[in-house]
Amino acid sequence: MCPDRTLDIELRLLIEGIYLKYSYDFRDYSGASLKRRVLHALSKFECETISELQARVLHDSQLFSELLQFLTIPVSEMFRDPTYYLAIREHVVPVLKTYPSLKIWIAGCSTGEEVYSMAILFKEEGLLDRTLIYATDINPQSLDRARRGVFPLERVRTYTQSYQQAGGKSSFSDYYTAAYDGALFDKALMTNVTFADHSLATDMVFSETQFISCRNVLIYFNKSLQNRAFGLFHESLCHRGFLGLGSKESLDFSAYAGHFEPVVKKERLFRRL
Amino acid sequence: MKQESDTVFSLAQRQIEAIVIGASAGGLQALSVLLVGLPKNFPLPIVVVIHMPEGKDSKLAEIFRARLEIDVKEADEKEPLHPGTLYFASPGYHLLIEQDRTLSLSREERVHFSRPSIDVLFESAADVFGEHLCGVLLTGANEDGAAGLRAIHRSGGMTIVQDPAEALVPTMPEAALKLFTPDFVLPVRDINTLLVELEQNNA
Ligand SMILES: C[S@@+](CC[C@H](N)C(=O)[O-])C[C@H]1O[C@@H](n2cnc3c(N)ncnc32)[C@H](O)[C@@H]1O
Repeated sequence: MCPDRTLDIELRLLIEGIYLKYSYDFRDYSGASLKRRVLHALSKFECETISELQARVLHDSQLFSELLQFLTIPVSEMFRDPTYYLAIREHVVPVLKTYPSLKIWIAGCSTGEEVYSMAILFKEEGLLDRTLIYATDINPQSLDRARRGVFPLERVRTYTQSYQQAGGKSSFSDYYTAAYDGALFDKALMTNVTFADHSLATDMVFSETQFISCRNVLIYFNKSLQNRAFGLFHESLCHRGFLGLGSKESLDFSAYAGHFEPVVKKERLFRRL
Repeated sequence: MKQESDTVFSLAQRQIEAIVIGASAGGLQALSVLLVGLPKNFPLPIVVVIHMPEGKDSKLAEIFRARLEIDVKEADEKEPLHPGTLYFASPGYHLLIEQDRTLSLSREERVHFSRPSIDVLFESAADVFGEHLCGVLLTGANEDGAAGLRAIHRSGGMTIVQDPAEALVPTMPEAALKLFTPDFVLPVRDINTLLVELEQNNA
């Protein structure tokens, strides 16, 4: 008995249809996880088949925005992998301090947790005032939530721990006020942050930067799309600029392996050659 | 229930191309017994999800590398599956198998409070290998893996559940048995014999 490949055909047609209609390009995403998420969406939208979902999505842009929530994995945490942030303090910040002004790019920022974490770190290191932060994603709803800066209170305890493990220099509660619907983070942290819609799959470089953090985005791409993203990072980073990836992401087997050197291998921090 | 010799026969008939294993509470111990004595030239890749606390580095690969002859490693994103190699899922990430038989990781929501989730691995593996897959579900305190093992069963793969009577925590095997009737319900030692014999059978 062979697994039924009809599903795969339907999936490809759906993804192609989304690309043609909405210009979101998921054609080079890893198949297994994409399929899982689409199947998940089927039950949510009460569709029997992917073909049925495809027909509805093509005729209903509202439904497409809802499907996008399934396709993009809007899952994040503050100071996720605290040792990553610790390594930034130790190995990246001292170099960044030598620049009079800075531009950094957080690619695939999702609902903003990584942006707030980085802003807090930069503030504590005395860099925030001279830094412009570009925070980009393809999911407009996630970007809206990121702009609002309200995070679930029940997660704040974990974030506080991670903040401390990440070398936090003050008290985490200095950065938010508890409101009835969550922890509202200090708007002053976001003064120099620009949230923008930008796709690593279809858009171009928009600025020169000194540091790029792109975490847990590339795992969803196939090799060729990963190479496209690395190409953008390479082009955007200044000479000797820094690149940070997620804890299981690697440049090793990419076309750009020779264009970067590891700074802290375990934390996936690299430097452009 | 079939006898062990039938199992080996059946395994050989089916041309198993990969083995996936899921375990939770009590899993380390069970897995040690399950994998002992597999020879270096074992012809199949083995992919394992054991539930572990997130946010810590996994020592699993280290622990098992010292005990086993086959190659042992933590699964890397995009790496191709090799025979005679045991891959462990990393804490905090789901592990999936792609159609081109490479591994991929995902950080989406937990399934049954677990990331990595056994269901996620099993379902993606079933989709790739169909009847050429062997799935093994061991001891554990939650229901992760039951639906995944059923998915393997439904796409014609071979399914083995650890005998709940000997499992340290029987919840997980029992959850599978509630969902469907697997090919085999065996103590871990017998599953081990089966895997070793399978290799000799292929030689
Ligand atoms: C799992 S989240 C990672 C969030 C955060 N960086 C972290 O590590 O916690 C993945 C994010 O990547 C975004 N993404 C997916 N495809 C993208 C693309 N082509 N360009 C930019 N962002 C993308 C998704 O919308 C989602 O918000």
